[in-house]
Order: sequence, then C-alpha cells, then structure tokens
Amino acid sequence: MKQTAGQHPNRRPYSAAVPGEAAALRPPSFLFWSAVHVLCCLVSAALGFRFSRLLFLLLFSPASHHHHLHNHHHHVHPLRQPPAAVIPFPPPPPPAVAGRVGVGRHGIRVRPWPRPDPAEVARAHEILVRLQQEQRLRYGVKDPRPVIVVTPTYARTFQALHLTGLLHSLMLVPYPLTWLVVEAGGISNETAALLAHSSLPVVHLPFHEDMPVLWNDRHRFEARMRLRALRVIRERRLDGIVVFADDSNVHTMELFDEIQKVQWMGALSVGILAHSAAPDATAKRQQRASEQETSPLPIQGPACNSSGQLIGWHTFNSLPYAKKAATFVGDGVTVLPTKLEWAGFVLNSRLLWKEAEGKPNWARDLDEVGISGEEIESPLDLLKDASFVEPLGNCGKMVLLWWLRAEARYDSKFPTRWVIDPPLEIVVPAKRTPWPDAPPDLPYQTIANEGGHVEKHVSKKVRSSRSKRSSHNKKKHETHVDTQVSEMSGAQEK
Amino acid sequence: MGSGTWILALLVLQSVFDGIYGLEQEVNHRTERISGSAGDVLEDDPVGRLKVFVYELPSKYNKKILHKDPRCLNHMFAAEIYMNRFLLSSPVRTLNPEEADWFYAPVYTTCDLTPNGLPLPFKSPRMMRSAIELISTNWPYWNRTEGADHFFVVPHDFGACFHYQEEKAIERGILHLLKRATLVQTFGQRNHVCLKDGSITIPPYAPPQKMQTHLIPPDTPRSIFVYFRGLFYDVGNDPEGGYYARGARASVWENFKNNPLFDISTDHPTTYYEDMQRAVFCLCPLGWAPWSPRLVEAVVFGCIPVVIADDIVLPFADAIPWEEIGVFVAEEDVPKLDTILTSIPIEVILRKQRLLANPSMKQAMLFPQPAQPGDAFHQILNGLARKLPHDEGVYLKPGQKILNWTAGPVGDLKPW
Repeated sequence: MKQTAGQHPNRRPYSAAVPGEAAALRPPSFLFWSAVHVLCCLVSAALGFRFSRLLFLLLFSPASHHHHLHNHHHHVHPLRQPPAAVIPFPPPPPPAVAGRVGVGRHGIRVRPWPRPDPAEVARAHEILVRLQQEQRLRYGVKDPRPVIVVTPTYARTFQALHLTGLLHSLMLVPYPLTWLVVEAGGISNETAALLAHSSLPVVHLPFHEDMPVLWNDRHRFEARMRLRALRVIRERRLDGIVVFADDSNVHTMELFDEIQKVQWMGALSVGILAHSAAPDATAKRQQRASEQETSPLPIQGPACNSSGQLIGWHTFNSLPYAKKAATFVGDGVTVLPTKLEWAGFVLNSRLLWKEAEGKPNWARDLDEVGISGEEIESPLDLLKDASFVEPLGNCGKMVLLWWLRAEARYDSKFPTRWVIDPPLEIVVPAKRTPWPDAPPDLPYQTIANEGGHVEKHVSKKVRSSRSKRSSHNKKKHETHVDTQVSEMSGAQEK
Repeated sequence: MGSGTWILALLVLQSVFDGIYGLEQEVNHRTERISGSAGDVLEDDPVGRLKVFVYELPSKYNKKILHKDPRCLNHMFAAEIYMNRFLLSSPVRTLNPEEADWFYAPVYTTCDLTPNGLPLPFKSPRMMRSAIELISTNWPYWNRTEGADHFFVVPHDFGACFHYQEEKAIERGILHLLKRATLVQTFGQRNHVCLKDGSITIPPYAPPQKMQTHLIPPDTPRSIFVYFRGLFYDVGNDPEGGYYARGARASVWENFKNNPLFDISTDHPTTYYEDMQRAVFCLCPLGWAPWSPRLVEAVVFGCIPVVIADDIVLPFADAIPWEEIGVFVAEEDVPKLDTILTSIPIEVILRKQRLLANPSMKQAMLFPQPAQPGDAFHQILNGLARKLPHDEGVYLKPGQKILNWTAGPVGDLKPW
C-alpha cells in the first residue's frame, strides 16, 4: 500500500474520529479491558516506562504459541493481546498457522550475526560482472573494432605516476587493444618495468633522440614520435581505431565506447586542465577572475552548427595565460597545450594503410607527411581536406577526456624503479628541512627566498649535524629496544 | 535420377526451414514470450470476444466526486477512473444491454480524500450499496443474475472490504451485495476474506508519462545489487515495529543495514526511477497491505522484483508467470535474503531479465492514456473474456433470491 514515506503519517487517528464505527459491538468484556488498559496506562505513567512488555514476557513467553489469531474474534482487541516475544535474539516462534497468514504483532526476525559474508559479496560481484557483460552484448556497441593506442613517453620522475594511471585505464577497456609506446631516448628499463605490469599487448618502440626541455620543442617532438608509431601501424597493417593517449591525460571509459562510432576520422572535445602548479595566492586570484569571464574549463574540439555538421574548431585561447606560460619542463607554472591537441582526434587505421578498401581520397599518404622538415602540428595535417572529420561525443558536447601536463623538474632524481634500496635509516622531520645535497635553487626561487637563504644555509648545517647525532642516539635506542624485546620474547617462550 | 532430384529438393527445403528456425531462435534469445497458466494470452485482443454495457449512473457517483477532488487522477487508486474512461470509448462497449456479456457500473469509491491525499473508505459501502439499489430498480439486469455478470473496480487497500486496517477489513468482509459480482481489485492474498474466487487482480496505477521521462540509456551498467526506498518502521502508527508489514520490513533493515550489497534507506531521492534502472534486484515487501506500485515500477524499469509477502496474489496471475519473473521470499526467510539472492544461478537471473525486457510485459502493467494494445485495460478485458461463457448458475430461476439486502453492519444500510 502507500509505501512512500511522509504521505501517511497519521493513518490511525481516523478510527478515533469516526463515530459509530464499531458501535454495534460493545460487550461487557470490552469495558473491563478498557478499565484494565486505563489502569496500566496510569501505572506506566507513574513508573516512567511501559511495563506491559516486560510483564507479558515474564507471564506469557513459554506459552506464546497459543494466542494467535485463528479466527477474527481476536481482532476486536488487537492491542491488548499478549504479543509474540518481540525480542531480537533469537528469532521468536513463527505466528502463522499452517496455510493462513495472521494479522497482529509479529516478531522482527534478526539473525544472530547480521554481517555480510565475504563469500556472498564476492559471488554477488561475479553476478554483477556477468550481468554487465550481457548488458553490453545486448545494448552496447555491435561488432566492436579493436583499439590501437599511441603513447609517447620517456623516463622521468612523474612517468610512473602517469603511465600507471594510463595503464590501468587501458586495462579496463572492454575491447581488444594494442598499445604502441614510443619512448624518447631509446628503450629504458624503467619504462619496460612499468609496462610489464599490464597484461596488454604492448609494442615498445624506441625513438633514438632525447626529449627536449623547452615545451614548444617538446610538442613538436611528440608529434614526430606519434608519426613514428603511425608508420609502424602502416607497416604492420594493424587494424582498428587509433587513439592518441598521452600518458598524463585522463580518459573515461565512455570515450572508448564513443570512438567505435568513427568511420574514418573523428574529433572529440578535450577538456584542458591548465592551471599553475605553484601555490601562488596572486595567481589564484587572477585565475579566478579570468575564469569568471570565460567558460569554467577551456575545451578544444569540434564546433557544429545546429544540424550537427562540422563547421569549425574550438581551439585553445592562450591570451589569458600569456604571462604565466611555462617555457621549460618543471618550472612550476602553467603548461599550455597547442592549438589543437593530438589527443582529441581518432583515426581508422585503414586511413594509414597503403591500400585499403574504401579509403577516402581526402587523406594524404603517410609516406609524404613529415618529410623534408614539414611541421606536423595536429592530425589535421594528415588530411588534404579537414571538413570530412566526424564530430563525436554528441557533436562535441560531451567531454570524454582531459589534457593535463604535470611534470617535475627536468633534473629531478627519483629512486630507480621506485624501489628504495638500501632502506632509509635517517628519520628527518618533514617541515622545512632542506635536503643535505639539494641542487642550487632556480632563479625564481632565490628571488622569493632572498632574505632567508643565507640563514637557511647555516641552519642546514647545524640541523643536519644535530640530526646525525640524534639519529645516532636513536640507533642506540633502537638496539636497546630490540634487546628488550628479545628478552621479553625469550621470557615468554620459557 | 528422379530420386536424386527429390533428395536435393528435400535438402534445400530443410536448409530453408533451418534458416527460418534459426532466425526465430535468434529473436527468442533476446526476449522470451511470456505465457502463464492460461496460455500465451498477454497479447490477445479482447475486441470481438466480449461486450460490456456501461450503466449511466448519475454524475454524483463519478463525475462530481472527481470534480471535487482532481487528485484522484494521480494517486495509486486511479485505475477505477481510467477504466471508466477507457470503457466509454472502447469498441468493446455496447449500447444494447440485451447483447452484453458483462455489465459495469462506474462508482468512484476511492475518491473521498483527506487533506493529505489518503482515501477514506467509510462512506464507500453506502455509496456502492446506493449505486446497486439504483441499477437494480432502473434496469432488470441486476435482478436477473443478482450481479453475477456484473463487474466493479475496487482498487482500495483491501478491495471490497472497504477499510484500510486489516483487522477491521477482515471483520467487515466483502460487501454482501457484491457477493456474486466479479471484483477487479489490486488486493490479492490467498485464503483471505477480502479476495473472493474469480476476482481479477490488477496492478495499482503508476503514472506512465512520469516513468517515461525518467528512462536512462539501457547500456548503463546495472551496478546496484539490491535496491529499496521506503519505510521500515511506520513510526506514526506502529512505533515498536512488528505490526507494520508483519515485521518483515523491520527485519530487512535490522539484518541488512550494514550490508554493502543492499542499497536500502528511507530517503526520497529525486533519482528514484533512475536508480531502479541501475539495480539488479528491487525489494517489494508488503506494507500495511501486500500490494504496492513498487512492483509496477520494478517491472517497467527492468529490475527483478523480490516479493516479500506471504500468500500474495500478483496482478493477472493467470496470464503472467510471476514465479519465473520475480523472486519470492517467505517472510520467515528474510534474515537469509542475501544468501538466497546470491545463490540464484546466473542463467536464471539472465532469463528473468530477458522476460522483464519483453515489452508486452511492461505494457501489461501500465494504464496509458490513450489506451494501447496489450496494456492493463486490455488485460482486464481479456480476463473477463476468459470467464465467458457464463455458466448455468449465473442466471437465477424466476422467484429465486440469494442476496440478503439487509446483511452487513447497520451503518452500511443508511442511504448515501
């Protein structure tokens, strides 16, 4: 019946309001019971709690089966009946007579240990996985094509952060996937170790030049690395949809469902996460002001008219960030994307093949691209005519991936393969303690810390020596503790 | 030579038939046909199988009441109003009572609402009695059969017992004058005074347009295992629990409030319909009465209904094989609900989802305006058509009287 809460808080009062409802039946026992009821009410008002349940529990609990509800005469006085023991533990005897479900107060059955059983939870998750698989078969993409992911990378501090994230995203993609990883500086053990964590088929391609430090050069360098991967696709005649996934970008799973719709070349909206890395109060205020003027998040992607046809491109407006743009890697300010990022485009790999059935003539042959020093800025340079690009994601209204560049300083060190070997011995307080052999500060940092720089240098020495001493003490203390522990354990064993 | 060509012809024919059969198999793999104990009757067309004569009662029995309170069109008891509107313009209606198989009197007994919107049933018996007195004096058809070929729509909590409290409803019993008539009601419980043999159980009214606007793409993965939103304790009327829902809802809460698989709460989210479409199982426990619009919502949104109500009779039980579509859990087994649900084999769950995805199943639960083929209106007519032809006992011999016009509580005999 009316199960939505709040619609019927006052159901019972009607019975009091209506005259003559049960006027016909007024046996003398009714008067007696109402007198008893009044007496009990007065007693419980005096005591301060309802003693009836306690009383009934004591008087009636062994014989609680007999009272129930065989015929409807009992229904006249429902509230005065002895209740089935309404105790949570253990479950009370079931009130129903065979074949007839009774009205009246029933016990609330609670099992003694109402906690979830982990085996059942695991089984439920298996069921969910299987059901979702079936849903995808039924309603999802029909005849999905394999996905080819092209990622340029190189070994640096943040590589583990970005590449692991991308790796896990790609492992969730439900379609057959081939991952082409192009590494600048040749194949390194770092990258190989990270890639070995995945179960995906990875093609690890070396690119024998080092990654440049300036961002402008870097964008062009990455384009050349991607072209290298595209040439490999062409050579091996890999089939599928090519996605340009940069290792620091963030991709949604819906992206991989959406790109299945592409015929030859598609364009997606990319959200640009370009904000400064340094926690600078003035920069934040300026940014907030500028954000209020423009849209909340800059988006690159296709622009459509009202009938859904591609008419142009939303590109990145770099004017608000002109003064704060990063020039080299790790300088702590905003990294800006190019006008149109590669990540926002997807291709059918047959577009790259030498010969393919139905290959359109508005695509340039890959062998002619990039030779004789031609600058490749975006995938649109691979085409003769850019108007045939298909807008995806509800004509660019859905943002399915985000572009982000966050890098540490180009000369920052990190433990190889993120394994700390030998284990750290010195415990150093975290706040304001400089590393003993930190590299010299970059120009902008010294300007900020002009006053305190010399003092810091002096205190550094003092603190480090103190810490060394303290660590020595700590070591002693530790050994002392160790012996204590071993003594204790020895005592226990005895 | 001749035999060779015969064999070739046979092979060709066989491959053709296999092809057709294969296609059918493929279609069946997606959605299964639903057939209950009465056979494959969900898509039957009642037109031509029966004729219904609608009595023209004075508007005080229907239009005036609706005019006084138009909220009656949206609440879960609105089936009586929409059934009347459907019959008035249906091809099944006949203006010649001599050729009618069934007679219908449109009386809106569930439209006397409190300020909160709850129907008061106290005047309903008198209203029904007054309507029957009218039709028995103005037309000869009631006295001919004492109502055995008449049907009434009584969508209230306990049907024609006309009370919201179960004890009082059982005490009153079905209105005596309706003893021989066919009742079309939402309440259904086996071995209960308020469900008589031959009644047609219908789903409660749920607004089809509102549900339509909350549909989400079907490829949204179903990630909620069990879903329920509603009361567990009716604090206003039964603060200790144990009375409301026979303690079953309270039991669900106490056992599973900490279970991560159960998304249950008393919240009122705006995304209620969307959440149901993201759930695999939707609990449909009894409340003060065993039926609820939750069943309709679960079926429309493809969530497998978990019915926790002993001896309940679900809508159109002879046309829809509810055992194969929903999961039935006895009230005493509620503490084991998680074990029960996780131990259902995956093929059974997939089959239930396929049956629920059948559009004729969803259509049979709805009362769309205007009426569409296969909807609840047509299922009611199909049910009435299946009861035809009337057997001998329906027509009374001259002078025979079965109904006692003075039976029932004294208060019911007052005029309305």
